[in-house]
Amino acid sequence: MTNRTATSSSGMVLDETIKLSLVDVCEACRVDAESIFEMVNEGIVDPEGSEPMNWQFNTAALRRLQTALHLQRDLGVNLPGAALALDLLEELEALRRRAL
Amino acid sequence: MEFKDYYKIMGVSRDASQEDIKRAYRKLARKYHPDVSKERNAEERFKELGEAYEVLKDPEKRAAYDQIAAGRQHGERFTPPPDWAFDFDFGGGGFTGSDASGFSDFFDSLFGRATRGGRREPRSGWTGPLSGQDQYANIYISLDEAFSGGTQTVTLASPEIDAKGRVVNKTRTLNVKIPKGVKEGQRIRLSGQGGSGRLGGTAGDLYLEIRFKPHPFFRAEGADISLELPVTPWEAALGLSVPTPTLGGKVELKLPPNSQSGQRLRLKGRGLPCTPPGDQIVTLRIVIPEATTTEAKSLYRKMAEVMPMNPRAHMGA
Repeated sequence: MTNRTATSSSGMVLDETIKLSLVDVCEACRVDAESIFEMVNEGIVDPEGSEPMNWQFNTAALRRLQTALHLQRDLGVNLPGAALALDLLEELEALRRRAL
Repeated sequence: MEFKDYYKIMGVSRDASQEDIKRAYRKLARKYHPDVSKERNAEERFKELGEAYEVLKDPEKRAAYDQIAAGRQHGERFTPPPDWAFDFDFGGGGFTGSDASGFSDFFDSLFGRATRGGRREPRSGWTGPLSGQDQYANIYISLDEAFSGGTQTVTLASPEIDAKGRVVNKTRTLNVKIPKGVKEGQRIRLSGQGGSGRLGGTAGDLYLEIRFKPHPFFRAEGADISLELPVTPWEAALGLSVPTPTLGGKVELKLPPNSQSGQRLRLKGRGLPCTPPGDQIVTLRIVIPEATTTEAKSLYRKMAEVMPMNPRAHMGA
């Protein structure tokens, strides 16, 4: 193993103020628009805006999309399965926070 | 390098059937999937598991590995035999779920680049640019760092392709700026800091998820900071001002007269400095002085005389 040291980096904080278009989320998830349509139709995310061209996704939605894709790719679950897992994971997270 | 016992990693015996191996993989993959698991080393375990499965799911690779594994223990020093040559025509072995670019040097030494790959690697004849993988990691910061901002050093495993087209594992250190007011679970995206691209492809992105280290008395709930504040009976009853720690330093908190244990008070804008800023939520906990001396005991008796009360009246007791 060798090491490489990079210089300081400041990234972009994905906070609530950021809104992403369909093109942005396709790029960030590295999938085509068709895959995003399928996930919207499955109810995994609910973008603002009526037309796909005006859709706006918040960063929590981006995260849900990315997690849904990872679950499908890594665990072989289908889209409804990924959607269910996502909902349960979020519920679990909320319960864990409350139990602290 | 160290020998890896793939059977041990997958928790199966060396004579396990292919079905057993698949079942073990599925089960452990669900347990250690980084998006699912809360264990701190989930990412590492998941990668290790993917690597083990990559070998054991494939009868050809498994047979080759079994030759090497005979008589060897997990963790012992290992050098591949000089005559080792695993020549294998990668037919696109299919789904493993692991990010093959993160496999160990041990895997590389046995199976090399022939099996490297997975999803984004070229099929034969592909000459176009290939983008790098996105990388995901957690970053653990203190509440003070979240409040004031700072710089964190992150070390990442970073497989790269050398001039001969081989994958070499490197580590990469990044100094990441943490802006003040980040919240737990929020992510920082560093464009182009993920896995490197190939053949002119762009690098992937790096997503760092903010996790807070436990603090001895503060706890974050979104942008709000909660604190349990011990107070004396006279501070609570008389409504005195009490010095109260906040992430930004000590402030005086004026208690309402006759405050009770469990009562919550809000210090506006004293939480995490995001937009809008969070509050500090103070929960009072009244601590009574112990009656250890005759004088203290008689004071308590006097209180019982002057201010008789039954806190259990509503229970009928």
